[in-house]
Amino acid sequence: MLGLNKKDTSLLIIVALLTLLAPFILNPFPEGSAMAQFNAGYPDLMQRFVIFGIFAIGFNILFGLTGYLSFGHAAFLGVGSYSAVWMFKLLSYNVIPAIALSVVVAGVFSLLIGFVSLRRSGIYFSILTLAFAQMSFALAYSVLSNPKFNLTNGETGLQVYADDPQILQGANAPDLPHLFGLPMRATYTMDVGAWSFDFNAGYYLCAVIMMVVFYLAIRIFRSPFGMMLRAVKSNQQRMNYTGLNSKPYTLAAFVISGMYAGLAGGLMAAMDPLAGAERMQWTASGEVVLMTILGGTGTLIGPVLGAGFIKYFENIFSKINDNVLHSWFAFLPDGLEDAVVFLIHPFIGKGWHLTLGILFMLVVIYLPGGLVEGGQRLLNRLKRKKTDADDAPSGKTEPAE
Amino acid sequence: MTNKTVTRRGVLKSGAVAGAGVALPTIFTASSAAAYTNEPTGSSVVLGFNVPQTGPYAEEGNDELLAQQLAVEHLNGEGDGGCLNTFSSKALQGNGILGKKVEFVTGDTQTKSDAARASAKSMIEKDGAIMINGGSSSGVAVAVQGLCQEAGVIFMAGLTHANDTTGKDKKANGFRHFFNAYMSGAALAPVLAAEMGKERRAYHLTADYNWGWTQEESIVASTEALGWETVNTVKTPLASTDFSSYIAPVLNSGADVLVLNHYGGNMVNSLTNAIQFGLLDKVANGKDFKIVVPLYSELMAAGAGENIKGVLGSMNWNWQLQDEGTKAFVKSFGEKYGKPPSNSAQTCYAQTLLYADACERAGTFNPCGVVEALEDFEFDGLGNGPTWYRGADHQCFKDVLVVRGNENPTNAYDTLEIVEITPRAQVEYDPEHPMFAGGDLGQCNPGA
Repeated sequence: MLGLNKKDTSLLIIVALLTLLAPFILNPFPEGSAMAQFNAGYPDLMQRFVIFGIFAIGFNILFGLTGYLSFGHAAFLGVGSYSAVWMFKLLSYNVIPAIALSVVVAGVFSLLIGFVSLRRSGIYFSILTLAFAQMSFALAYSVLSNPKFNLTNGETGLQVYADDPQILQGANAPDLPHLFGLPMRATYTMDVGAWSFDFNAGYYLCAVIMMVVFYLAIRIFRSPFGMMLRAVKSNQQRMNYTGLNSKPYTLAAFVISGMYAGLAGGLMAAMDPLAGAERMQWTASGEVVLMTILGGTGTLIGPVLGAGFIKYFENIFSKINDNVLHSWFAFLPDGLEDAVVFLIHPFIGKGWHLTLGILFMLVVIYLPGGLVEGGQRLLNRLKRKKTDADDAPSGKTEPAE
Repeated sequence: MTNKTVTRRGVLKSGAVAGAGVALPTIFTASSAAAYTNEPTGSSVVLGFNVPQTGPYAEEGNDELLAQQLAVEHLNGEGDGGCLNTFSSKALQGNGILGKKVEFVTGDTQTKSDAARASAKSMIEKDGAIMINGGSSSGVAVAVQGLCQEAGVIFMAGLTHANDTTGKDKKANGFRHFFNAYMSGAALAPVLAAEMGKERRAYHLTADYNWGWTQEESIVASTEALGWETVNTVKTPLASTDFSSYIAPVLNSGADVLVLNHYGGNMVNSLTNAIQFGLLDKVANGKDFKIVVPLYSELMAAGAGENIKGVLGSMNWNWQLQDEGTKAFVKSFGEKYGKPPSNSAQTCYAQTLLYADACERAGTFNPCGVVEALEDFEFDGLGNGPTWYRGADHQCFKDVLVVRGNENPTNAYDTLEIVEITPRAQVEYDPEHPMFAGGDLGQCNPGA
């Protein structure tokens, strides 16, 4: 279907089902129960899952295929956000021009940075991209936000003010980001017994866009172009010796992944019309590297899983505090309760970085292929058990292949 | 490999699917029955405490969190009641808010606008928080205030000192109890004139971002009104840790006062550098060289240690004040946590009580009712003496403290001494003052 082989089609269908049914999947616990703390099915986090999924898919096209490790991808995310908010300020709150411009601007910006950075490879390339990203951050944070020429509004973040021109904003159009009148914030809450599920317009817009770009990523992975990029990763020198110029390929991959990042940035601004400079900081660039490695570099679905994993920890674990712990362990005797809370305390709330760090180490050490490898191993084990059971009665030895 | 021909049937099919896709979202527009965002329906009400728990202001954030927890205890009638006993409004009974038990959720702003908004959003969307309180940076405050306005909940700002929070970025759903850069300037100027004379030449080092600029602007304006001269204003990158290269030129600039528009770790480092260069022992233009730090905090003072001795600055509140509200709050905070509260903790505590009180007086949690109850509200007994929540810009007006690094501290918390309590009238300004102009409160938004 759609020019994909059977395996990829089923992968695409699985991703589509997961994203479309996310409001159900992410809210498995009834409202008001003690486990509701672990529910992640509220609009903001669901939006973040798919937006950072898009960001990581794009990053994986560069890092997973060519092996070029960019430490500056957050710059494109930030540029995308800024251009989207400027569209809100100048044209109207409709998200279509905003998202379109964010992709274009990020593309142009990544062409410039890629053209310079790709003159080097390996660690030098990483350092160059990092330097460019930090430069963009400093520009956005202070240089381009002085009162005379205020492009980014500095620390406060670029936002829409009542006296902005908004020349295309209709009289009746909602006063917040919308898609032809449908506000991104609009949420329909479905109550089923003790459960409640949120269906958010903004989330579904992001989800549809993610499915489109995921499909695009599959096509890139399977195309001759994708094969060239893999060749760059395995041995660029040999490729050059055979007379092929690999630079246009790497530059194209860089620009494509920059545009993915810009798209993610534009969507972020469309969901929440504010663009802050921290989006461009090196920590944000590092985060997408972590997401990709955690999920599985070079795999299709890995980066999406990694993005979800990290965002889940950032938003759910950081909100567990001692009070919540005490309520969980209230059934224990007083002294024991305090002891358990004391033991868990460093890993929750502000300690979520610690928990994430430990998990990241475990994944990198025991599952070098990321979460995807974990899934495959689990699947293989299940399959083997099944085939063992089938094979047992026959008692014949068969050659493996 | 692929079939790329476009058929009539294919076009029709995809057209139908796209049409269904476009029509689908209309089911989301059905509005729910609630009168406003997160209307509490059960026996409890949820407040959201959004403070920096990691990053450069983590210490301030954790202090704020302690104070907020204390406020919740007092609202629910636990503990000794703290400022409920001294507060001039007697609407709060110690039985929660409007009879509903107060619960809270916490989040980490990381001192980043994005993270702060994400955390506030999750409190509003997931936990059903009806009010967001806390924060230790103006960038975060403005970002979260904007979010609360859009979402239709009340934002009670924590520590935010930039003029913009209640100036060009003011919002109807947002309220600031903390003082601002303009007030710092207005309070400091007379003390500076009295201590240093009216013929001084000032050199400014300013953290290169929004808050730094508004503070520099305010201090320059108020000191120049005294007759001081501004020799130079230099912006320093926020990420700097070594300010030696910025301090060295000060010596030869002909200036005799150094103004450090820095906060947190920046201020600790730049002050330490200035002391290392022996600025305070210098004599320039026949006068002793002086250093001024317009915005002080207890935690900064502790960080700068010895270096802070004799250096002047301003504060919103200090635990050494002797009014009834301050004494009650310091007593219950000290008994519970074994240390005096910082001024950011105090502002969060007061904000939480003010919100609860406004709900009681309005008889509803509806943000529009709360806004109406808080606007032009006059009260006393929460520290700083009689206070006025101005309706025009949602800024609190109260006495401002001018403090000095203590020459002979008697204990670890006694790092600052109060030089003067500047009366409220002296720090008031017109809502349309040029440093604050350009904003628009807009209409209160109850969401839903």
